[in-house]
Amino acid sequence: MANAIEVRALRKSFGRTQALDGLDLTVRTGEVHAFLGPNGAGKTTTIRILLGLLRKDGGEASLLGGDPWRDAVRLHARLAYVPGDVTLWPGLTGGEIIDLLARLRGPQSVIDPKRKDALIERFALDPTKKARAYSKGNRQKVALIAALASDAELLLFDEPTAGLDPLMEAAFRECVNSERHDGRTVLLSSHILAEAEALSDRVTIIRDGRAAETGTLAELRHLTRTTVEAELAGPVSLDGLPGVHAVEIRGTRLHCEVDPPALNDLLARLTAVGVRDLVCRPPTLEELFLRHYSAERTGPGASA
Amino acid sequence: MTVQARPAARTGPARTGRAGPGLAGTGALSRLAFRRDRIMLPAWVYLITVLVTTTAYALKKLYPTAAARAQLVVAGGGNPALRFLYGRLNGSSIGALTVWRYGVWAAIFGALMTIFIVVRHTRGDEEAGRLELVGSAAVGRQAPLTAALLTAVTANVAIAALLCATLPATGLPVSGSVAFALAIGASGLAFTGIAAVAAQLASGARGARGICFGVLGAAFMLRAIGDSAGAGGPSWLTWTSPLGWVELTQPFDGPRWWVLALPCAVLAGGVGAAYALSARRDLGAGLLPDRPGPPSASGLLRGPLSLAFRLQRGVLAGWAAGVAFIFAASGAAAKGIGSLLGGSAALRQEFTRLGGQAAITNAYLAALMLLAGLGAAGYATSAILRLRTEETSGLAEPLLATAVGRIRWGLSHLAVAVVGAAVLLAMAGLAAGLGYGLRIGSPGPQAARMIGAAMAQLPASLVIAGVALALVGLLPGACVAAAWTVLGLVVFVDLFGVVLKLSHWLLDISPFTHVPKLPGGTVSATPLLWLCLAALAFSAVGLAGLRRRDIG
Repeated sequence: MANAIEVRALRKSFGRTQALDGLDLTVRTGEVHAFLGPNGAGKTTTIRILLGLLRKDGGEASLLGGDPWRDAVRLHARLAYVPGDVTLWPGLTGGEIIDLLARLRGPQSVIDPKRKDALIERFALDPTKKARAYSKGNRQKVALIAALASDAELLLFDEPTAGLDPLMEAAFRECVNSERHDGRTVLLSSHILAEAEALSDRVTIIRDGRAAETGTLAELRHLTRTTVEAELAGPVSLDGLPGVHAVEIRGTRLHCEVDPPALNDLLARLTAVGVRDLVCRPPTLEELFLRHYSAERTGPGASA
Repeated sequence: MTVQARPAARTGPARTGRAGPGLAGTGALSRLAFRRDRIMLPAWVYLITVLVTTTAYALKKLYPTAAARAQLVVAGGGNPALRFLYGRLNGSSIGALTVWRYGVWAAIFGALMTIFIVVRHTRGDEEAGRLELVGSAAVGRQAPLTAALLTAVTANVAIAALLCATLPATGLPVSGSVAFALAIGASGLAFTGIAAVAAQLASGARGARGICFGVLGAAFMLRAIGDSAGAGGPSWLTWTSPLGWVELTQPFDGPRWWVLALPCAVLAGGVGAAYALSARRDLGAGLLPDRPGPPSASGLLRGPLSLAFRLQRGVLAGWAAGVAFIFAASGAAAKGIGSLLGGSAALRQEFTRLGGQAAITNAYLAALMLLAGLGAAGYATSAILRLRTEETSGLAEPLLATAVGRIRWGLSHLAVAVVGAAVLLAMAGLAAGLGYGLRIGSPGPQAARMIGAAMAQLPASLVIAGVALALVGLLPGACVAAAWTVLGLVVFVDLFGVVLKLSHWLLDISPFTHVPKLPGGTVSATPLLWLCLAALAFSAVGLAGLRRRDIG
């Protein structure tokens, strides 16, 4: 079976709100797939439908080759899920909840105690504290450890690092990278683009309940421009140069964005003046994302 | 307003003005507290006022003559079990009987209301992280505590004021009514002080409520032992309990106004201590820390069923303790119930009707078992509604994302409801049987007989639980209100249906109408079987609904 998640033209509405409006999403087995979009785009709704918590109104969704609504229990034994807003039973300790979630995944699901202890140490969690005493970040850690310590073949993370500090975020990234090497499939919803950039093999960008873009990061970057920052020997004029955008010149400092075909002409113009320092980098997903949405928003018919 | 406030805010302390830096923002927080409690608070005030006032009115109807009351005073005032439950009886007027019957209990309800209000607006908000947001605004350290205290004091003053107005209207003397009203209100003030301290000591809302309930239980026991002690016993214990001060005010027997100073002193001391503690501690910290728990789950916690029991065991234990306590005392009061009721033909008739038979002791015990059945239905309803609470608080989501199906999840809480209701009924039967049996010298046989009588209520209680489950499955948005409304209607029909001459059709709606009146009545299995079938059918509808609908 090639694809862990296969979603076609998925639709779901809550009352008058159309949460999903024909979403397509394909997650191949063994890849880390980032599911990106602003708040309210439909990321959580999609994941809840994939978990069989919500019933789809139309379209098709398959998860690990099964129907997420009908085969929920059978499929859930093979996946682990970390919700975006983790709530835990206030009277249970973190350690108890980690064990409980593993046992709930079924008798055949085993949790390796050594692996669990290593993760608890890695994330610096105190497992003897009652959940009501945990901060948001610590609640998140409990759910992450429960998922990462499991032997599930598919991991679903809904904005997993909201609430984690940078150190813990780095620990999470390392863990996800090692999961990829172990051949597990990961679906990672996020609006933190750096996270997706650091982790994912492929990206789907969702907006207003529809997939706006999908592909590898390299494929998406084809659509975009290179950012050039330079410190020059003297003043420069870029007038009349095609394919150069967002030009900012402050004295001898230059910042601009360039379409890949125009790069050569630009560099020629710069070396003619004299280059002291030059930074050329592919666009961050952030820039890609911003452009994508601002373009759509200013485009025709985007009155909303 | 913002235009005025802005320049002042920049200069810092000037903004706090005359309220002092610790109290800035109290007004806004109090209004927020009243806004959030706009339904719960009037409901409590109304309930307590109506309870006391209707008791005064009913006693006047039930015991119109001095002779009828004299007999009640001898039988009731002399019965240690009733003194344990209700307190001592000072005098034989309608007013004295009202104080006896509902003085302590109105104070208990007032204390519960006060505890919920104070803890909710202090520790509860702090634990939920809301006070952090509030504290970051231009709000003084003591403002949230002050707002909570103002809310609780207002509620208790409202109860006292309403009783001052309604009690004289039932024909009770004015000065006694005022003393009684103030005694109930002041008792709530004492618990305001106690709850304020508890909210500072504990490190969570649950712990704070635990401390308060502990104090309330101790206050009840001290008072109960003091009241039921004979001439040579430790009757002074009543003086140590805020609940005892209500009866010790002797509202209708030459009021002792100075006793009202005692609860006010507790309020002052408690509030002072709470302010001192709150000024010293960090946000979120308590003086009594949370104990650490086990780092890994024991073998007992392994599935949705054991999780459901784990989540609900504390509440069930609380119910069981309360039921054991009240039914033991009520059972013990069964001996001599005939002479107690002898004075009131109306009351005797009432028990005969509720208990469904003429032999007065059995009728009384059977009426007790009806109450136990209604209580078990109440518990089962709350246990079923836990499903909805888990769902709305986001706890169902991680559970259902594992290999646990919705049916299994629903069944786990249904199991808690069924087992819990059975345990509570067995406890009620056992306690009432022992209470009565020990006094007449045959505890064993009475306990066995009463457990059987209590268990006959189980199918009817489970019908109510089934209805609650059906509502959770079919009407998730409205299920909490709807389930409690159903229970309220059933209680109403069972307790007042016949008196109000409701049609038979309406009476038959309540499952408890069909339960054999035990002990003493004839047992027939047919209605019990039908009730079991109805409970099963409702539960099946609920589970089917749960399987079909969206979760969360």
